[in-house]
Amino acid sequence: MRTAAVGQGSCGLAAGAGEVYAALEQLQGGGFRLRTVGCLGMCYLEPIVDLYEDGVLARRLVRVKPDDAPAIANALTSGRWEEVNRLAISQEDEAVLAGQTRIALRGCGLVDPTDIDDYIARGGYEAARHALTALTPEQVIAEVKASGLAGRGGAGFPTWRKWDGARAASGDVKYLICNGDEGDPGAFMDRALLESDPHRVIEGMLIGAYATGAAELIVYIRAEYPLAVSRLRQAAEQAQAQGFLGPHAMGSEFSCRIRVRTGAGAFVCGEETALIASLEGRRGMPSLRPPYPVQQGYKGKPTCINNVETFANIPWILQNGGAAFAAIGTEHSKGTKVFALAGQVRRGGLVEVPMGTSLREVIFGLGGGVRTRAAFKAVQMGGPSGGCLPESMLDTPIDYQALAATGAMMGSGGMVVMDDSTCMVEMARFFLRFTAAESCGKCVPCRIGTRRAEEILTRIIDGQGREGDVELLEELSAAVQDGALCGLGRTALNPVLTTLRYFRDELVAHVRDKSCPAGQCVALRTYYIIPKLCRNCRLCLKSCPVNCIIRVPGKTFIIDQDACIKCDACIPFCPFDAIVVLKEGVPDA
Amino acid sequence: MSECRAPTLESGLTRLDEMLREYDCDSDNLVAILQRTQELFGYLPEEALTHIAAATGCPASAVFGVSTFYSQFRTTPVGKYLILLCKGTACYVSGVNPIESALQNYLGVPDGGTTEDGLFTLENVACIGCCCLAPAMMINGRTYGHLTPNYAVSVLKELRAREETP
Repeated sequence: MRTAAVGQGSCGLAAGAGEVYAALEQLQGGGFRLRTVGCLGMCYLEPIVDLYEDGVLARRLVRVKPDDAPAIANALTSGRWEEVNRLAISQEDEAVLAGQTRIALRGCGLVDPTDIDDYIARGGYEAARHALTALTPEQVIAEVKASGLAGRGGAGFPTWRKWDGARAASGDVKYLICNGDEGDPGAFMDRALLESDPHRVIEGMLIGAYATGAAELIVYIRAEYPLAVSRLRQAAEQAQAQGFLGPHAMGSEFSCRIRVRTGAGAFVCGEETALIASLEGRRGMPSLRPPYPVQQGYKGKPTCINNVETFANIPWILQNGGAAFAAIGTEHSKGTKVFALAGQVRRGGLVEVPMGTSLREVIFGLGGGVRTRAAFKAVQMGGPSGGCLPESMLDTPIDYQALAATGAMMGSGGMVVMDDSTCMVEMARFFLRFTAAESCGKCVPCRIGTRRAEEILTRIIDGQGREGDVELLEELSAAVQDGALCGLGRTALNPVLTTLRYFRDELVAHVRDKSCPAGQCVALRTYYIIPKLCRNCRLCLKSCPVNCIIRVPGKTFIIDQDACIKCDACIPFCPFDAIVVLKEGVPDA
Repeated sequence: MSECRAPTLESGLTRLDEMLREYDCDSDNLVAILQRTQELFGYLPEEALTHIAAATGCPASAVFGVSTFYSQFRTTPVGKYLILLCKGTACYVSGVNPIESALQNYLGVPDGGTTEDGLFTLENVACIGCCCLAPAMMINGRTYGHLTPNYAVSVLKELRAREETP
């Protein structure tokens, strides 16, 4: 039996996987099976079609177009795989997959997310069955403790301690919540997991519910992920129909039910107390801890909240033992971590690597380095609560403590790579704008502190920076860090702090010299006509709205720097590329 | 996200009542109730909000408070095509700003605005999670990636042309 599996996660669908699937469906008469799978994590190669012969991968085809469907159908019908060799994945790209250790992403791109039987056929729900029927909740928690698994949402809190806390909390009614409010811009592993392997997450939750004694399971997913919501809802229904969830789950004495709720667009709801407020129908505003949710959470009852990726690791841990998981990684950070590579990186997508791998191996090894011709400048880690790390920090191992020591953080695992055309001051402002807009407004340090910091950065970017601004930013950062109520506020100025730490010269150049070394800040740009290249064709004159291009007798054209409004209009008009943006001052003629 | 065919207010409120019963008129479900209401009307009309407040026993101020806290909720009608322009980190690094200007110029509306013909609403969103396709936008649930200013505008032109052909 020959099968074609078409990767249909959000990235694949946006790249045209739906059209490819439809085209193959038309030709299905030839006697092959067509399957839907999720995302392998190689977003840059989408749409991806895997061809199988008797369950063994025969060819992995990449960047497939609907026009390729007849050739693929022929190869499937005849078994002459060489006919589609032109579409086959390169060895270099195949090595990216081989270079990973996949635990959470194990089934992504291989299992059919719409079919529970496919998950079961791959050993799915075995771990849950074993836990629910052969282990006590305490034994499950002990196994998770032995694994050393820590929260993958960013903070890195030991998972077993949450579970143990919820188990020990008094009360009959307890809740277990899966936090799928993946808000960090640049992180998309939770989306991919929910879209590609929803049963693994549900199985992890089921084990967690048994361990904590929670009879109510809630999955909270961002509304911006419509496909993840629908695939998880479908998976939950299938699991209920199989008797895996519900009364006497998996034939045990344990009963539970599951609900899927969607967020409504608020970054702060990733914070667990804000998430609970949102579930209770209120504004998503955090509240002071303690009491911690494991003591008093949703509806005032003990509530255990874990991240999507955390749950996705649980079935493997129960199947292979906590010790096997703990054998991977560093002294303090165990297991693997999924990273989302994006920005100016050559091979964007998801990779899962053992803890302890260096940032360099991830970005340059698996990610292939910078996509553009420019040089690597920084990697942004940990989203708006994290920071930008320069080239010199790339040998830092992936480890909660080692990353925290750099001033950035593990975060949920977003890595946005930037080349040297990106201005770090502008980048810091980008994140501050984001947190200022997303600040819920409850506490003053965050609500006003982020706004003031954004204003200071804006004036620096506009060329109005004042002596003392850098110090003021430092003082403000410390004040917000000390005074803010929740994690969002306390970490809101991290992007500024890491900019001050690693890119201080660049910030000082903006303030003191009124220049932007990256050439990105428009107000600080200097437009310049290179005399050697100018042929006096006068084309640029027409493009300038303020007539600031003038002819100096006996010379070529020059730009009157005082009159120039930096509108960028002249550059595309010059046929000789003689007009450039200078990173330094105007050279002496 | 399907095209919205908004019901009249009266028939809408009847359907709203049915839906409220599904949620036991419980204000704990307020976010979900507002999401369903917005699906029904395409936005949150003031009448619907006061109706929900009365039915759930939740103060109208709290219902309005929740409806303005979350970015998903809109209190004005939305165009036939809802353009969600991603302003996430990856899209920012890959140059979303010129695309935003091009879209705003073409449509003649700012962020959050709806064109006079009621065809397009332009909205900036935090991140749609398609970072490898950056810069990206989502129109009525479909994602368009690797945008350039020209390509982004051409997508809208195509949609508009489709509307104009009878």
